[in-house]
Amino acid sequence: MSPIVQPATRNGAPGASGAANSASGRNPQLLMFLEQLFNALVLGSIYSLIALGYTLVYGILMMINFAHSEVLMAGAFVGLGVSILITPHLSGWLAMALILLASMAGAGFLGFIIERLAYRPLRRAARLAPLISAIGVSIMITNAVFLWVSKTTLPFPKLMNDRVMRLGFFEASSLQILIFCTAIILLTCLEWLVRRTMIGKAIRACADDLGAASLMGINTDRMIAITFVIGGMLAGAAGVLNGMYYGSIKYNLGFLPGVKAFAAAVLGGIGNITGAVLGGFILGFLEVMAAGYLPNGNQWKDVFAFMVLIGVLLLRPSGILGERIAEKV
Amino acid sequence: MNMPMTQEPLLSLKNVEASYGKKIKALKGVSLEIRRGEIVALIGCNGAGKTTMLKTISGLLPCEQGVITFNDKKISGLPAHQIAQMGISHVPEGRRIFARLTVAENLQMGRFTRRDAGGIERDLRQIFELFPILKERQEQLGGTLSGGEQQMLAIARALMMSPQLLLLDEPSMGLAPVITDKIFEVIGEINRQGRTIFLVEQNASRALEISRRAYVIDQGVITAQNDAKRLLNDPKVQETYLGVA
Ligand SMILES: Nc1ncnc2c1ncn2[C@@H]1O[C@H](COP(=O)(O)OP(=O)(O)OP(=O)(O)O)[C@@H](O)[C@H]1O
Ligand SMILES: [Mg+2]
Repeated sequence: MSPIVQPATRNGAPGASGAANSASGRNPQLLMFLEQLFNALVLGSIYSLIALGYTLVYGILMMINFAHSEVLMAGAFVGLGVSILITPHLSGWLAMALILLASMAGAGFLGFIIERLAYRPLRRAARLAPLISAIGVSIMITNAVFLWVSKTTLPFPKLMNDRVMRLGFFEASSLQILIFCTAIILLTCLEWLVRRTMIGKAIRACADDLGAASLMGINTDRMIAITFVIGGMLAGAAGVLNGMYYGSIKYNLGFLPGVKAFAAAVLGGIGNITGAVLGGFILGFLEVMAAGYLPNGNQWKDVFAFMVLIGVLLLRPSGILGERIAEKV
Repeated sequence: MNMPMTQEPLLSLKNVEASYGKKIKALKGVSLEIRRGEIVALIGCNGAGKTTMLKTISGLLPCEQGVITFNDKKISGLPAHQIAQMGISHVPEGRRIFARLTVAENLQMGRFTRRDAGGIERDLRQIFELFPILKERQEQLGGTLSGGEQQMLAIARALMMSPQLLLLDEPSMGLAPVITDKIFEVIGEINRQGRTIFLVEQNASRALEISRRAYVIDQGVITAQNDAKRLLNDPKVQETYLGVA
């Protein structure tokens, strides 16, 4: 099993079980709940970053990029490689920032290459063709890392001393806070990019109507490539944050978070950017709460999360925010 | 406008063929010319190939045979965005405004590739003069506009590209008579400002009234071409396209 499905208590990342101890006189149940809530936010923010990649690509091409989870994994490995290279010379914030940027760049580039080689040549082919191509790319990347990088779990170096910090009246690890803040900053950047910049508006225009966008002089192929780069960068960041969080990475680490983030994107309404973020946080919340409060929760949390997902989709097949504006003729 | 007939055409199609899939050939070797400053109408029955012709010109559909030139440059075979950047702006059938973008953002997409801030400013001001309603509704989502407002937005968005040639596909479709009047008024105004217009219309009499010349298309073949006034009085055209018995 990949490390991401393990509870947040491994490798020093404090989570559910450590929480109750810190109750000093206050209501321990409430404290535990608040700390679980923070765990959920951290996990949810990582899912959101990944889910955005699925939703952005689906929005513009109506295609599920099944290779996205491998972009996430590759980002984590780039992060590991760079951290091995630089940690003898650098540490702390600067090292962390460099590693994050490098993995984002690497994963963004991989996203670009995948689109160029595996999807663009099939743009006019039947709907199923790019899907199969996506699965092929996914298998190729996983196996390339398996064969040429490592078959086993690799430790992700500790880049900072993970201290327990007091936030108001509850405690959280500095690493968790760092991950959460980084994810929120990236989500905010994406929101700004998509809502406010010309590139972002053009991406949304392409998602509405590719043909009409090309009539505006917009190079739609370029916009699609940019979308893959953005999605890849977010996934790369998620991969490296995930590696830091759990302290180890492996060639198959992309699969489970990939599936979950995809589920989150569907839950929020695939193609809808706000929906992807919302879905990511909901899934993180369900998972952490199931792990913390259900009997045998750790084993059942994924089942529980997906059951809720199916329930929501039965009630709202297009997802929570997946409403379409009726087009007038 | 009395331009000499020898003037080089702005747009010319020579034996252009286009099809959907392998079976449906929608244009079977059409040739036509549009000269600078004209309004030229294209009329024909449903399914005659009018929309296909505009899509082939703007590059939405590949031109399989023949040549299309614009300003003496061959444009057939270029991708749609390059053709648009050369100065052809296509207002497609069904408007196809960006439903989930606001009115203001739709207009920004029209000027996506322009860098002349002054010109953009001027064009925007002028568009708001032509369509004051769009100025009031800048923050509204395109998809929530009424049909008539969407048509105005589609034309406005195309004008933001500052095109030399405007391709209009049934701008009056589904509009109330007053709005239709307004749209035709605007088409005349745009033309007076020096833009050439190629107009596809079901409302053939309105189209012929405003145009200088016109072509008639039937099943992918040009069957008539003439001064618009002559076609308006042609008994055969009257019978088939103007509903005059
Ligand atoms: N996407 C398509 N796939 C297959 N056939 C098509 C497609 N679009 C148009 N056709 C066919 O091509 C022919 C020409 O269609 P076109 O849309 O150009 O007609 P039109 O003159 O614009 O008609 P209308 O006045 O009804 O809009 C028709 O026979 C139509 O059925
Ligand atoms: Mg048509």
